[in-house]
Amino acid sequence: MTRVQWQTLLLVTSGWAASSAAQDAATIEGGRVLYAYWCATCHGPGIGNNGVQHLPGTDALRVKYQGALPALLSERTDMTPELIKFYVRQGITIMPFFRKTEIDDVELDAIAAYLTRKNR
Amino acid sequence: MPTLPRGLSATDFAAAVGKFTTALGADRVFTADDDVALYRDAYSPLWNTDDELLASAAVVPDTVEHVQAVVRIANEHRVPLYPISTGKNLGYGGSAPNLSGSVVVDLKRMNRVLEVDERRGFALVEPGVSYFDLYRHVRERGLKVWIDCPDPGWGSLVGNALDHGVGYTWGPFRDHFGSHCGMEVVLPNGEVMRTGMGALPGAKSWQEYRYGFGPSVDGLFGQGNFGIVTKMGFWLMPEPEAYRSGLVLVPRRRDLIALVDQVNYLEHASLIGQPNYGSPLQRLVGTEPELRAMLEKPGGPTDDELDRFAAAKSQAVWQCELQFYGPARTIAGNWDYAKERIGAAIPGARFEDRESYRFPLSEQDKEGVPHKVALGIPNMAIFSIGARSETNPTPRDGHLWFAPVIPKSGEAVLEAQRVLGDVYRELGLGGGAFLQTPATWHFRTFIMLVGFSVSRTDPTVNQRSLANFRRVVEVAAQHGWGEYRAPPVFADDIMNTYSFNDHVLRRFCETLKDAADPNGIIAAGRGGIWPRYLREG
Repeated sequence: MTRVQWQTLLLVTSGWAASSAAQDAATIEGGRVLYAYWCATCHGPGIGNNGVQHLPGTDALRVKYQGALPALLSERTDMTPELIKFYVRQGITIMPFFRKTEIDDVELDAIAAYLTRKNR
Repeated sequence: MPTLPRGLSATDFAAAVGKFTTALGADRVFTADDDVALYRDAYSPLWNTDDELLASAAVVPDTVEHVQAVVRIANEHRVPLYPISTGKNLGYGGSAPNLSGSVVVDLKRMNRVLEVDERRGFALVEPGVSYFDLYRHVRERGLKVWIDCPDPGWGSLVGNALDHGVGYTWGPFRDHFGSHCGMEVVLPNGEVMRTGMGALPGAKSWQEYRYGFGPSVDGLFGQGNFGIVTKMGFWLMPEPEAYRSGLVLVPRRRDLIALVDQVNYLEHASLIGQPNYGSPLQRLVGTEPELRAMLEKPGGPTDDELDRFAAAKSQAVWQCELQFYGPARTIAGNWDYAKERIGAAIPGARFEDRESYRFPLSEQDKEGVPHKVALGIPNMAIFSIGARSETNPTPRDGHLWFAPVIPKSGEAVLEAQRVLGDVYRELGLGGGAFLQTPATWHFRTFIMLVGFSVSRTDPTVNQRSLANFRRVVEVAAQHGWGEYRAPPVFADDIMNTYSFNDHVLRRFCETLKDAADPNGIIAAGRGGIWPRYLREG
């Protein structure tokens, strides 16, 4: 799904469906697509460089938290939207920050909504 | 108010920003501090210093007409511009300008795949198209062409090629500038130019014949500052029927000379794709004090010492992975031929079969490929090098790539190991150079790549890396080795080493720059070329 497609989905859903639940679902789905495009290539499942067991972002968090938290960001339930936005806009170690031409503020909200969907 | 470059008044800057906003729309002009900060080089060795290279603003064109408007306004107010494509040239400057105070022209939103011709084997794209984007375009349409991608797939085809970036598949495609065909460029005066056959109205071969007629000027836009490239064509590799790889292992240090000769023959005869050299001894450095001591002593190990150590550990000194692309029967025969040829030339050479694939691969099979770029599959796995891991529990915040070009011979590699080994020891960087093998992206030369650390919190790391980088540039140049590509902070240092006949290359480029860009608005300092007003005074 492209940037335009998912934003259209969000608009259509928010315009036609009165329920905020539908709007939330569309935002989360848009966030999932954006997360897959921008983030999961490092933070998703899969093998790393030359067959290293994990992708680099997943491995970094696995080593950092040593099992105390899930290595996959998409399985976390403890992150706030503010924390997610902080790392996307500030970067951390070799992960650079992202410009607004890559991930704009609306899209970042959607990514944050996706990554916090399981929060209790 | 951001820091502005010499010669640009706050009044002119404000007037230009106002006109950019009128021409592009307010949502396409970034001036707020938090937004402009996102154009910093995340891997800058000058982070948080007075010398850090910083943008003053950013503009985001969506069309060629937008780019023209930006250039004309910049000319009117003498505002320096710095174009970026996807801004992911990490280790070589990221999205920051060479001249602080420049307005970044962020082309990320110009991200249209304009054409992919499967039968004739080319693509035409805008600068914001990433390798991921083109790969998806090809895959969604089931086209039987491969792209050649660099390590991180989020980079721009245009930006990577314009910085002379490289990839991992078949020889002619790995040189991304070398495999481009046809450009559209907004010149410093705002005119649109098309190169090669694109200069002929109605030409139907813009992406097939690079030269057109008359001087070929495309090279001026690679690591150059003569315009803003808005479209670029690239040749694509046909999807092969099959792939296989095999490993060659040779027992002695000086076998590297014959090994490179043999592998060169295979590559130059178009029998293999990218060869990957390495040393099995590298795996032992962490666990074998004897080897480490040998590597860290002045002059490094003798041939005999290294050979005896390797033999005692039942290890080869060098290895080379050969990669074959083509019909299954043909590449099986080519691997047999390679084994016969190398076996006859190097006593004791051993061979191991490695990976084998038939195409197309399923999505699940692609996931299991350990080195995806060798199959033209863009990914981000290279960040495994440098990210936090069991072996790197306290990662740095980035790196600078030192990338000297050396001849494609075993003798040159052994000499570079010795020379760089000595200088790395002098700089306290350990003895790894004596087992370092060359990067082989380029078809006709080797690169002895080394990364220097950067930190956003420890300025001493950056100061040390800046000094060390300049020292290795100097030593390399003394031996006839120059960098193929470099972070902006070193552009002048490196251009200074390309000094034949009193720096005539730079002086010639400056003459062209002054003529084509008299106000010096395009990418001042890129490639070590500065406009007149910044050279004088």
